[in-house]
Amino acid sequence: MSGAFNRCRLIFLCAFFSLTAQAALAQSEGWFRAGTGLGDTNKPRVAIADFAPRADSAKPHSSLFTQVVRDDLQFSGILEVPSPSFYPPEAPSVPAELKPAMWIDPPTNANFLGFGNVSESAAEVTIEAWLYDVRDPASQAVVGKVYRGAPTDLQVRKFAHQFADEIISKLSGGLPGIASTQIAFVSSRNGFKEIWVMDYDGSNQRQLTSLKSISLTPRWSPDASRIAFTCFAPSSGLTSAQICMYSMDTGKLVSFPRFRGTNITPAWSPDGTQIIFSSSMQGNPELYVSDINGGRPKRLTNVNGASMSPSWNPKTGQTVAFVSDRGGTPQLYLMNSDGTSATKLDLPDKGYVIDPAWAPNGQLLAFSWRRPNDNYDIYIMDAATRQLVELTRDQGRNERPSWAPDGRHLVFESTRGGTRQIWTMLADGSQPHQLTTGGHNESPNWSTR
Amino acid sequence: MNLAPRLLYRTGLIAASAVVVLAFGCKHPPKALPPQPPAPAPAPARPTVTLQASPTSINKGDSSTLSWNSTDATQLTIEPEVGAVTAQGSTKVSPSESSTYKITASGPGGSASATATVTVNAPAPPPPPRQPSLDELFLKEVRDAYFDYDKAELRPDARAALSKTADFLKNYPQLRVTIEGHCDERGSTEYNLGLGDRRATAVKQFMVSLGVSADRLSTVSFGKEKPFCMESNESCWQQNRRGHFVKSN
Repeated sequence: MSGAFNRCRLIFLCAFFSLTAQAALAQSEGWFRAGTGLGDTNKPRVAIADFAPRADSAKPHSSLFTQVVRDDLQFSGILEVPSPSFYPPEAPSVPAELKPAMWIDPPTNANFLGFGNVSESAAEVTIEAWLYDVRDPASQAVVGKVYRGAPTDLQVRKFAHQFADEIISKLSGGLPGIASTQIAFVSSRNGFKEIWVMDYDGSNQRQLTSLKSISLTPRWSPDASRIAFTCFAPSSGLTSAQICMYSMDTGKLVSFPRFRGTNITPAWSPDGTQIIFSSSMQGNPELYVSDINGGRPKRLTNVNGASMSPSWNPKTGQTVAFVSDRGGTPQLYLMNSDGTSATKLDLPDKGYVIDPAWAPNGQLLAFSWRRPNDNYDIYIMDAATRQLVELTRDQGRNERPSWAPDGRHLVFESTRGGTRQIWTMLADGSQPHQLTTGGHNESPNWSTR
Repeated sequence: MNLAPRLLYRTGLIAASAVVVLAFGCKHPPKALPPQPPAPAPAPARPTVTLQASPTSINKGDSSTLSWNSTDATQLTIEPEVGAVTAQGSTKVSPSESSTYKITASGPGGSASATATVTVNAPAPPPPPRQPSLDELFLKEVRDAYFDYDKAELRPDARAALSKTADFLKNYPQLRVTIEGHCDERGSTEYNLGLGDRRATAVKQFMVSLGVSADRLSTVSFGKEKPFCMESNESCWQQNRRGHFVKSN
């Protein structure tokens, strides 16, 4: 954990020259770990035994279930999964078979053990899954679930994500797991930039739109039932950038009014009743707020230069972060959600600052910053203290961070592998994980549930 | 034609031959016969002649074949240019202009003539100098405006270019145009859509100030989504930082 954290580069808005670098690191760890939930250095060790197939026909799905649960727990960032190669040879398939001592001892050193069994017919798969505290064998199961559903890989993955989320929620004291969340993104792998979605681990990638033009900047509604995005659509005889709205329930576009000019970067209010977006409907690209059907657009900004890329504080609903080049180059600004009190977020260096994204806790702001003579990298700022952490460094162009609902993970786009692809990482910059490989993929947005 | 004189003439010849055979074909010494009255001298037939041209119409430089037939002629002449010919035959002619050929057939019975005309098509007049299409004129005369990095303000060279464009548009008042705002790849997708919008608007406002009616000018921003040039260097980036005119009607 601390090794991963040392990879972050810390920058202070106020220059505490008297502090040594080590002291600065120690001081900043506190706010950062508290803000991201990555603070616990004593993570519980959770072993996941191989789930027992009740027949040969259940073997593929018991392996898949076991692997997905392990990956989800490993990815969570808040617990350790001991390497399966250290596990005892006998895995329990039901609680009566559990021998806790075998799992407590080195080298497994587990605090908790997940185990169970998988049976399968042509019509149905049944998975019994438990989590036990092996250090307190007299206790009840921490988690006990039976999952029944279609015997498909997709369904088994869903059950594994649900079981992992149960474990994470129980062991974190109620923090939401993200194993069942999805990521919307833009892919041009089929020739046009269209909106796609995938599971949070990169599986199950599928295309939502087929507009065959240019679709950009997807944003999930807070209830994950809709995706607002930037599209190119005809408006009074001219194809221009417009706001489009996709319904996950119907699998179709929902009508949204067309406005004059360039209309881009929709973002949702935390209660899901309003949309804030950039529009040049009255001449200059300014921020407007409307209801989610595009009704009664009201201008919030009125300055020289263009304003865009709003992010509405999901916790307070009071503050909107956005990008404006009113000062000559694109920089971050904060304003009240009624458009008042816009102030620039000063950074200790020049360059481009774009892509603001509020963390679910409403305290941390992730963004992309291209410092002079450098590439775009992803940073996190504490909005109250203006302290900064750099999460990526010297690995291509890294842009468009978006927070997972657990506040511990970020998804972003990076050119570090040569092409522009979508990656996740823990909010301290560790555990980078590539989700897409085919074609050109960008602009990820993590579903809020 | 009147056949009666020819029949009489042939009958006369046969009769004369019979007389000669009778007179010299025998061993017997001829007997003196009473002199026959001489057959009446047949009237010589009047010549006939036909002349055809094929084809009757040619392009300049091509040729036509003249064909003729005659009877009872001892002399045939085709004029112009061909001269004396045999009783029947054909020849190629290549007149430089439309000509009527006349064949004259003459013989003891008189003369006859026939004509055939070869028409030489006038060469197609050279095509008049082609008027360039409006699309071509548009491509030739309309100048785009180029921008500095991160800027939506018009440079002097952009103003000069737009003045030429405005002159053209004022000459073709029926034309409507779309001004596309484009950006290089270095900024974000979102920021560039805003910057491209400001560039297109700056171009439109300058065009209006030069007297082009605003209702003929639409604007659209493509940001960095439709680059003209795909390389990552300044000359390419400059190509992509522009207000680009597109005919919209």
